[in-house]
Amino acid sequence: MVNRYLSRTLMLLVVLTGLVFNPAWAGSKILATSGATQIEGAAGGGLVPWAIIGGYGSEREWGAAASVTRVGLPDFQLGTAAVHAGINNRFEVSFAQQTLQVDNLAAVLSSPLDGVIEQHVYGAKARLWGDLIYEPWPQVSLGMQHKVNLNPAAGNVLGANSDSGTDWYLSVSKLYLHALFERNLLLNGTFRYTDANETGFLGFGDGSGTDTQWMAEASAGVFLNANWAVGVEYRQKPDRLNLGESDWRDAFVAWFPSKQVTVVGAYTDLGKVALWDDQTGWYLSVQINN
Amino acid sequence: MRLLTIIALIWLLAACSTTPTQPTLYERLGEQEGITTIVDNLLYEIGGNDTLLPFFAATNISRFREKLIEQLCQVSDGPCDYTGDSMAQVHAGMDLNDSHFNALVTDLVAAMDEAGVATGAQNDLLARLVPMYDEVMNPDDYINAEPTDTDANRVTR
Ligand code: HEM
Repeated sequence: MVNRYLSRTLMLLVVLTGLVFNPAWAGSKILATSGATQIEGAAGGGLVPWAIIGGYGSEREWGAAASVTRVGLPDFQLGTAAVHAGINNRFEVSFAQQTLQVDNLAAVLSSPLDGVIEQHVYGAKARLWGDLIYEPWPQVSLGMQHKVNLNPAAGNVLGANSDSGTDWYLSVSKLYLHALFERNLLLNGTFRYTDANETGFLGFGDGSGTDTQWMAEASAGVFLNANWAVGVEYRQKPDRLNLGESDWRDAFVAWFPSKQVTVVGAYTDLGKVALWDDQTGWYLSVQINN
Repeated sequence: MRLLTIIALIWLLAACSTTPTQPTLYERLGEQEGITTIVDNLLYEIGGNDTLLPFFAATNISRFREKLIEQLCQVSDGPCDYTGDSMAQVHAGMDLNDSHFNALVTDLVAAMDEAGVATGAQNDLLARLVPMYDEVMNPDDYINAEPTDTDANRVTR
């Protein structure tokens, strides 16, 4: 296990170093408007993908980001290492390697869960219309996330009928300038068509024939100034496996010290995850942009 | 669900917050002196910006400076009338894209930071300029829409 984390960290360090020591060039998007990386690797908030295209590349430019994210919960550790790149402020591609680790495995040996569930998420997103800031209507993007669960045993035991699945989502985002107490306000709504159980960690579908459902997600954030934002997120989740799967939520603080670095800290409430209640804890994500 | 309610409430608040600012934006920008400082800072920023500088190669900078000061003064409810050309006429043929626009906004923010303009006033000015985006970026839509008579093409502001 240690080896897996080590090699992943090394791989990321190489990517990050490459990005940072890139010839001093940064895309021209306004600071903070390329957002952060959500847990499945897409540009967005922490839990919710937004309509923004990742990276600081604007029209006729490109931009990329690499990030590591940890969510510490009473009975779990969720880790994500992700990269995404945006081209022409039009298309985004992303990849995320996620691990959900169960703590104190000895105490729960009778559970059907593996000690670690690993999942890979391949994502793509396209901006359909609008602009986050400049046009009166919001920016609208269509995205997909193809997920492959590498440890599907737990999901299978609990009733999932597939170890891979594809989420489709439509996101609507808008930054309102001078909107709330003279501050800029970011609002995002995402509608996700998904058959994932616990975002895929417990597999996909349940073989009922009505596996895929629409879920609603929302984010709101206020920029205290150019470098700091605070906000909240909500992510509705289905309960196909009848485990009492909870909706997710978080309250975040995001720091954009420069175009090269993005840091997000959050308090997350993931509710009941599999057999474990009250999974609330901290979230930390560190991102490097070219 | 409670979170959704909070988000909805923030949305409503945003829609209602008309912010009863006592001083005008013009005053908060530091009146004529402050606006002049902002524009001079902006010129300095543009001078060091490889993306933007080429556009100004043939520009009469003292005219640009004067017209921009007038425009920022008028837009911020100051005692000025903008006497320059329409945004469509000025920016026609430049073939501007979002990278240029973002670069200029970034330089303007830097110019305001340098001049010590508070975040709220900065946001207010940007919010008043952003509606000009379409005319600056798609000048042909506006020029073709105007009467073809050349005199009528002179500013209608
Ligand atoms: C909302 C955004 C903008 C506003 C409010 C604005 C405003 C102005 C004003 C007031 C003038 C002087 C007009 C006159 O001389 O009659 C001007 C000229 C100019 N602007 Fe903009 N501008 C904007 C965006 C841009 C952008 C994105 C560029 C990109 C490089 C740009 C490049 C220029 C240039 C090169 C001139 C001088 C034109 C000449 O040589 O006569 N502007 N602008």
